[in-house]
Amino acid sequence: MASFFTTRLFFISLALVIIAATLPLYVSGYVLGLLTVAFYFGVFAMAWDLLFGFAGEVNFGPTFLIGVGAYTAGILNAQFGWSVYLCIVLGALASVIAGLVLALPALRVRGPYFGLTTLVAVLMLQNFIVVFADLTGGEIGLTIPDVITINAGANYWIALGFMTISAAILYGLSQSPVGLVLQASGQDPVQAGALGFNIVKHKLAAFIVSAFFSGLSGALLVFYFGTASVGTVVDVAVGVNVIVSAVLGGRRTVLGAALGAIFLIVAGEFLRPTGELATFIVSAVALLVVLFFPGGFLGAALSREARS
Amino acid sequence: MRAFQILIDGFAISALYALGATGFTLIFGVSGVLNLSHGAIMVAAAVAAWAAASILNVGTYAGALIGVGVALLTAFATYFAVVKPIQDSRRIPNEEKEIFVLTGTLLWGIMIQEVIAYFFTNNAKTVLPIVDGVVEILGVRTPKNEIFTAIVCCFVIALLWLLVNRTRTGKAVLAASMNPRGVTLLGLELTNIYVVVWAIYGILAGIAGVLLGMFLGVSSYSVGPLTASAFSIVVLGGLGSVSGSLIAAFVVGYLETLTAYLISPAYRTIPALLLLVFVMYIRPQGLLGRR
Repeated sequence: MASFFTTRLFFISLALVIIAATLPLYVSGYVLGLLTVAFYFGVFAMAWDLLFGFAGEVNFGPTFLIGVGAYTAGILNAQFGWSVYLCIVLGALASVIAGLVLALPALRVRGPYFGLTTLVAVLMLQNFIVVFADLTGGEIGLTIPDVITINAGANYWIALGFMTISAAILYGLSQSPVGLVLQASGQDPVQAGALGFNIVKHKLAAFIVSAFFSGLSGALLVFYFGTASVGTVVDVAVGVNVIVSAVLGGRRTVLGAALGAIFLIVAGEFLRPTGELATFIVSAVALLVVLFFPGGFLGAALSREARS
Repeated sequence: MRAFQILIDGFAISALYALGATGFTLIFGVSGVLNLSHGAIMVAAAVAAWAAASILNVGTYAGALIGVGVALLTAFATYFAVVKPIQDSRRIPNEEKEIFVLTGTLLWGIMIQEVIAYFFTNNAKTVLPIVDGVVEILGVRTPKNEIFTAIVCCFVIALLWLLVNRTRTGKAVLAASMNPRGVTLLGLELTNIYVVVWAIYGILAGIAGVLLGMFLGVSSYSVGPLTASAFSIVVLGGLGSVSGSLIAAFVVGYLETLTAYLISPAYRTIPALLLLVFVMYIRPQGLLGRR
């Protein structure tokens, strides 16, 4: 772990964060707004990568965790008028509980069966939001009265700081002995168990950590947008974007997932002039990366470095 | 009166679900591939049939044939452009191929969906039905098209059963689903079997798509829900078990129809989802699945 502070990856990350931190001094509010959303998305993707890349759990429903965190925070603020910071903390806690609920089937079923269970969880949450429209705002969405700040630069710094801290914690965790046990239990649970590691405990921990960061990021995003809607934090399409980000950036790298998310959001914006074809182009690029560079951006870069 | 209506409507919907899900489960049983572009292929078939009949005026029969043909081509494209490269790739470790196939076919499905939306807009399209008019069955006014849908679905499924159980090719497919290595040892080329299975899948998905287009109408927004419903029917029945999927299709079809008629169409999908979660907890391998 200590040797990490002398690696090239560390210096590149540090340089990128420093450059990113100075951006508000010379770019427009529009670019800052875009990157703010991209940073929150980066945390979604990193949290997903911890579950998939390390624990080996194919979670098709990242938006279940994100949505529970986002809507809990939003509802507590909009319907009960609780303070923003309390709502954010409670949102993250609600998401942890959701993570535990999701972990129950994961300990019983594997692979595609677990994937479907998570997908169903998202669909149920979506149905719940639509059916209890009085509480949740239904399909139109929930308008949230409070925001953290309206200053674009401050919002940007909050998002950047949050992403950097999350990345440091998640990456550190993934490289720690706990991360290695998690990786082993994801790849061969029987053998990892035979070596004396408590797989259930490690997997539960992975679900809790992943849910905590997803929910926290979802709650922060809601207070940045000022609304919570199915289309932005719950829809299956949002979950697909999170998964594509992580695979694009390089699974099992954690940091790559954040890069993938930023790329996906910025590329989507650059392609906006192409109108309806934007989604097509982004999907096609992602498919090509999946087919020809299965390690993703960071995976390809790291393997080249390892070779040289 | 209402009971008969639920019985008849439910049967047509269930038969359609069954047809859509059989191909999906067949591919999984034989090659372990979960094809998440399934909904996109069905919609492509329906939109092609609609475009051929309504824009090119080729007639309903030729239109339906064109629809099935397009589904067949799309299924082959899915196999050769997405699934096979991933299966053959040396850079992807074997235990991760499953998630790569899932991601790859998901992206491919989105691409098909976007192409359809770009050329034919997002509007819902209803394919002109092959048979017109209504008949009265047990006091229920039923469109003839609904009966036609049910008959075609049952006929095609029966044909599939004959193909798999009574022909040499079908037996090879069955053998491959039981033990791929054993089949290769007997001198059969596994790739050929996969191509046959994808062809069967393309035709089944095409017929299901065209019938769906005639019965309920489709738009590029139906892609996700169609994939999700096929996926849940197949998991409910047990992955890879064709008879399990058939039973599950009827359970889900009737459950949805009952909810839509007796409670509210808005809650249509909820009981089926609850049932799915329940089955996952008490019997994770599905109704007729093997572990």
